[in-house]
Amino acid sequence: MVPTSFYIFLAALLFTIGAVAVLVRRNTLIIYMAVELMLNSANLAFVAFARQFGDISGQLFVFFVITIAAAEVAVGLALIVTIFHTKHSVDIDAMHELKG
Amino acid sequence: MTVPVTWQDVAALLPEFFLVVWASALLLLDVFWIREKRTTAWLSALGFVVALVLAVGQMGRAPLLAFRGMVIADAFSVFLVALFALSGLVGILLAQDYLARNGIERGEFYVLLMFSVVGMMLMARVADLVMIFLALELFSLPLYVMTGFARPRADSEEAALKYFLLGAFASGFMAFGIALVYGATSTTSLPHMVDVIQAGEADLALLTAGAALVLTGLGFKIATVPFHMWTPDVYHGAPSPVSGFMAATAKMAGFAALLRLFVLVFPVVADLTPVLWALAALSMVLGNVAAIAQRNIKRLLAYSSIAHAGYMLSAAVAFADPHLGPQAVAAILFYLVAYVLATFGAWGVVILLERRIGQEGLLLEDYAGLSRQYPGLAAAMAVFMLSFIGVPPTLGFFGKFYLFRVVLDAGFVGLALIGVLTSLVSAYYYLRVVMLMYMKPGEPIVRREPRVQATVLAAAALTLFLGLTAASSLYAWATEAILRFG
Repeated sequence: MVPTSFYIFLAALLFTIGAVAVLVRRNTLIIYMAVELMLNSANLAFVAFARQFGDISGQLFVFFVITIAAAEVAVGLALIVTIFHTKHSVDIDAMHELKG
Repeated sequence: MTVPVTWQDVAALLPEFFLVVWASALLLLDVFWIREKRTTAWLSALGFVVALVLAVGQMGRAPLLAFRGMVIADAFSVFLVALFALSGLVGILLAQDYLARNGIERGEFYVLLMFSVVGMMLMARVADLVMIFLALELFSLPLYVMTGFARPRADSEEAALKYFLLGAFASGFMAFGIALVYGATSTTSLPHMVDVIQAGEADLALLTAGAALVLTGLGFKIATVPFHMWTPDVYHGAPSPVSGFMAATAKMAGFAALLRLFVLVFPVVADLTPVLWALAALSMVLGNVAAIAQRNIKRLLAYSSIAHAGYMLSAAVAFADPHLGPQAVAAILFYLVAYVLATFGAWGVVILLERRIGQEGLLLEDYAGLSRQYPGLAAAMAVFMLSFIGVPPTLGFFGKFYLFRVVLDAGFVGLALIGVLTSLVSAYYYLRVVMLMYMKPGEPIVRREPRVQATVLAAAALTLFLGLTAASSLYAWATEAILRFG
């Protein structure tokens, strides 16, 4: 059986890739994909721990995270579409209206 | 299998239940029946009044875990739920005229605001990690939409996108942090977690890593340095009533969950004390220094809100000390009341002076000569600025007094010193607003909107009156709002 720590290392790796991608990529859609990767790395960690503990509540959490991620997509994509109408771009560098 | 839901469960969450039902009904009524958007606004305001009454009715009861240990109704949560209901009411009073005059009044705004407030209330009630994540998202998602409510204005849309992306980023940290905490303690229920940690069965390294990630996620919501980058842009681009509402309430919600987690569940991760110390110090220094350079009042208030998050966080640094934890909670609750009053008031003044949405009337120079034509409004704004600085006898002075007392008792003399010194720095930019209003000649143009004006004057009167007469009894009240499980 694969030890739980392997899953956690993989989850941590995915989380790091997601976090770095959010910081370096310029396209909002890619950034949002990276955020999804972060959320799913949490899901992986949850199911791995849940199996280790033989506890259902960790698996339960995953369903909530998936639901929340879906709700976030609904709001996020709507925002991205709206901003594409205005700016004809979804590049983060095109967002320069607000400066101090 | 049936899951038993008792009346006791429902009674524990009565204000939230009422608001959800009311908001859902209002959403339908607004689409099919209500012609005047004004009616929707009044009905949602009425909903908040009822929720406030229900919350006050919960006061003085014994702490109650409900929904199989998912949420808790204790003195701490009831205190904050009442405050959130009041904040929702103020949020609607500030927003209504502003939305109407800028042609962006749509009924769903008020419904979104109600859902957001429910999420914040649940943030104060959390007794399970699942609930923290759900409540956080429930109050954040409507706020993203409300930030972009002035579409197709580019600045509002841009603010919404920035807030959304960084908010989603933060919830990624939250989710992964919660996963690690679960891995360290094998439970998501906070009361069980306390038992596991006290029995010494928790994996401390994993718990510390998880707590740090959760702190990062909450740090974004309360806007502490270095997780503050979004704040000035979002507060600047969002419609002013939304910025004011966010500045006041989102911070409260973030602190509610942060206090419950760190004071009650995580005192064992004392390793994070220096991290909190650094976050608090950086927020106080950077928030206040950056605010000096601002010419736009919305950005100035945004940086000032970062600094105030730093002040409150400095008391939370004492979380690992079992004797000071309750005191820190009381001091932060007291400071939140002072901060929320002054924040709503100051943003109310911003709303009254903003001429075209996001364009005119937002520079500091636009406040010149305000005292000549509108002495009441100028005096109110001066009271808010003095309360932000912490000048006696305003409520802000007592807030800072109680905060720094906890910091000193905990032995963080350096942090208290930074707090006092940065307060002096903040006097420079707050007093510049006062100086402009009273010393410079000018022809400010102010809206005649009785609801907003009344809100501003009431907030000013409370800031001054509570400071003069009732500060100690308010602090005693906050002290009774102890965090507890069962």
